[in-house]
Amino acid sequence: MMNHSQAAEEFTHDVDRTTWHDKTLWFVREKRDKAVFQIPEWEALREAASRIKHNALSNLDEYLLEFEQNAINNGVKVHWAADGREHNEIVLQILRETGATQMVKSKSMLTEECHLNEFLIEQGVDVVDTDLGERVVQLAKEPPSHIVMPCIHKKKEEIGELFHEHLGTEKGASDPKYLAEAARQHLREKFLTRRAALTGVNFAVAETGGFVVCTNEGNADMGAHLADVHIASMGIEKIIPKAQHLGVFLRLLARSATGQPVTTYSSHFHRPRACQAMHIIIVDNGRTTQLGRPDFRNSLKCIRCGACMNTCPVYRRSGGHSYHNAVAGPIGSILAPNLDMRKNADLPFASTLCGSCSNVCPVKIDIHDQLYKWRQVLAAEGYVDSSKKQGMKVMASVFANPKLFRFSGKAGRTMMRLVPFSVSNPLNPWYKQREMPEPPKESFREWYMKRSSKEQ
Amino acid sequence: MKVALFLPCYVDQFYPKVGIATLQLLEKLGCTVTYPLNQTCCGQPMANSGFESMAHGCNELFVENFGDNYDAIVCPSGSCALHIKHHLHSDKREGDATHIRNHIYELTEFLTDVLNVEQLPARFPHKVGLHQSCHGQRGLHLSQMSELVAAPFSKPEKLLHMVDELELINLDRKDECCGFGGTFCVFEEAVSARMGVDRVEDHVRNGAEVLTGGDMSCLMHLEGIVRRQKLPVKVMHIAEILNQE
Repeated sequence: MMNHSQAAEEFTHDVDRTTWHDKTLWFVREKRDKAVFQIPEWEALREAASRIKHNALSNLDEYLLEFEQNAINNGVKVHWAADGREHNEIVLQILRETGATQMVKSKSMLTEECHLNEFLIEQGVDVVDTDLGERVVQLAKEPPSHIVMPCIHKKKEEIGELFHEHLGTEKGASDPKYLAEAARQHLREKFLTRRAALTGVNFAVAETGGFVVCTNEGNADMGAHLADVHIASMGIEKIIPKAQHLGVFLRLLARSATGQPVTTYSSHFHRPRACQAMHIIIVDNGRTTQLGRPDFRNSLKCIRCGACMNTCPVYRRSGGHSYHNAVAGPIGSILAPNLDMRKNADLPFASTLCGSCSNVCPVKIDIHDQLYKWRQVLAAEGYVDSSKKQGMKVMASVFANPKLFRFSGKAGRTMMRLVPFSVSNPLNPWYKQREMPEPPKESFREWYMKRSSKEQ
Repeated sequence: MKVALFLPCYVDQFYPKVGIATLQLLEKLGCTVTYPLNQTCCGQPMANSGFESMAHGCNELFVENFGDNYDAIVCPSGSCALHIKHHLHSDKREGDATHIRNHIYELTEFLTDVLNVEQLPARFPHKVGLHQSCHGQRGLHLSQMSELVAAPFSKPEKLLHMVDELELINLDRKDECCGFGGTFCVFEEAVSARMGVDRVEDHVRNGAEVLTGGDMSCLMHLEGIVRRQKLPVKVMHIAEILNQE
């Protein structure tokens, strides 16, 4: 597997595509800015959301049980899954009990995290993702590259090609309206014939036992309303205490995500319709471990808006797939090491720590500070490359010793002046696309010493 | 006012002119400036790479150099100043370390907030693009951040507006990171360089003759790109502009 830096290098080789990707996502960031600057109390809303989540995380045990009890009272079956495997087994069992071999799914990053599709397909279940973007990446046999815009890495011409191959659209057609209509017709047939539907959960309300699913395409509703069985999968951190808190989160979510005032559909589910079964699967999958890490527990406040990705200058120029994790970008980089430190040790370093992510975060997660802290943890646990560690040791000893620092500095500058090739060569990553600074004959200190001696 | 000058290690070695401009500017404004002679580095290269634990020696040395109860420690770099403010500790002299953390200033914030500079005897008849370095801006709040719904302000811009005949240009993205990022610039070379290229293009496209900023590290990276691509823009630290006669 390529690490982030290698994958990003490959991504940037296509200069025009990188430009396009960067501009497309920056456009979304600008839309977000326009939307939030219309809300004078925006920063207060963020603070409120952050505190509500703080309360929810601090009392998760009580809120989850309250939610479960209320959901059961509403006629919903509630399941608990310790990890992704358990979650997938529960889904399969529900499908088997229903006798369903086909299922429609609407957006759920949790099921991406659990690799549900791969699991169900192995078990002979046909799963169709019904969000347009999700369907596109599913047809392309790729993971989503963004949590809100899963196929943002694909140009419309590429989607046209994919639809031509799989949905029989005209060759060469790339008109978004035409392609969306083709997908609509294709998906309609799936909605009408599938007996089971799975949705994600954006917010689960403890006091009512209900949950809210936010989409722009209405596909969650279409799936859930037509199926005999509705399965809703949620991470334990999706809980909020009261229904009134939705008034905070729904205002923040879509504005942060896409610059819309609210998602087209904010669907509130409380109980199954007559003759329908409704299941909720509450999943941990590493979340309690993260909750137990004081420096990183705030990452569980995330409401999956993707604003940190859109604003991240590194994400925009490296693409979501370079993060090799279901959730990419800055938030993915603080969540992923919790799941697997070795595999994801590169991610907290895929950042300049510029801090823009923390500023756009609607629940005020200190993302860039957590990136810094993960670096310390990963280094302490031995997951940082040993050559880098040795280099840092040498650097630390030079900086702790003023004479050695001055000697090395002077020697280095002399070397650069006399033998420029010693640093200006292709083995120096700096020099690949940048000139080295021109080394001056004297350092500031040398100049300062001369000046002081003249004055005396 | 008794001021200690802290220069980032790479400024001492590669950009003495930035140190000289900072020193002259501070003296011009009436400060008594000392440059502690055994200073090296703030320790950030190790810390940002995950090895804050290796920075002990560096920290103790910093306190030895700057622990003499100065009224202010001024640094022409937001990034290094921020690092000291957040991370400097000492086993031997924590009291002095605390004094340093509370009295370290980035140059432009020192000029606007401590010296309350309202006018400068400087003239610079050029179109200037200001690069907002992230640690200064988002870490030290030298300027309002474009992400926040809050009233705009900018300490470096306020100072640049005091310079005669200087024309500040507008950028398409006024506070996007340049991609330097410390060791990021070599370990994530491809993205780092691409970010730098995009930043420089923004300045050139909008007519900057001079690209300036408060952090020479970002500027070193951008200058490397400007020189490689032979672009018609000059890179200067803000101290060099504010110190123009």
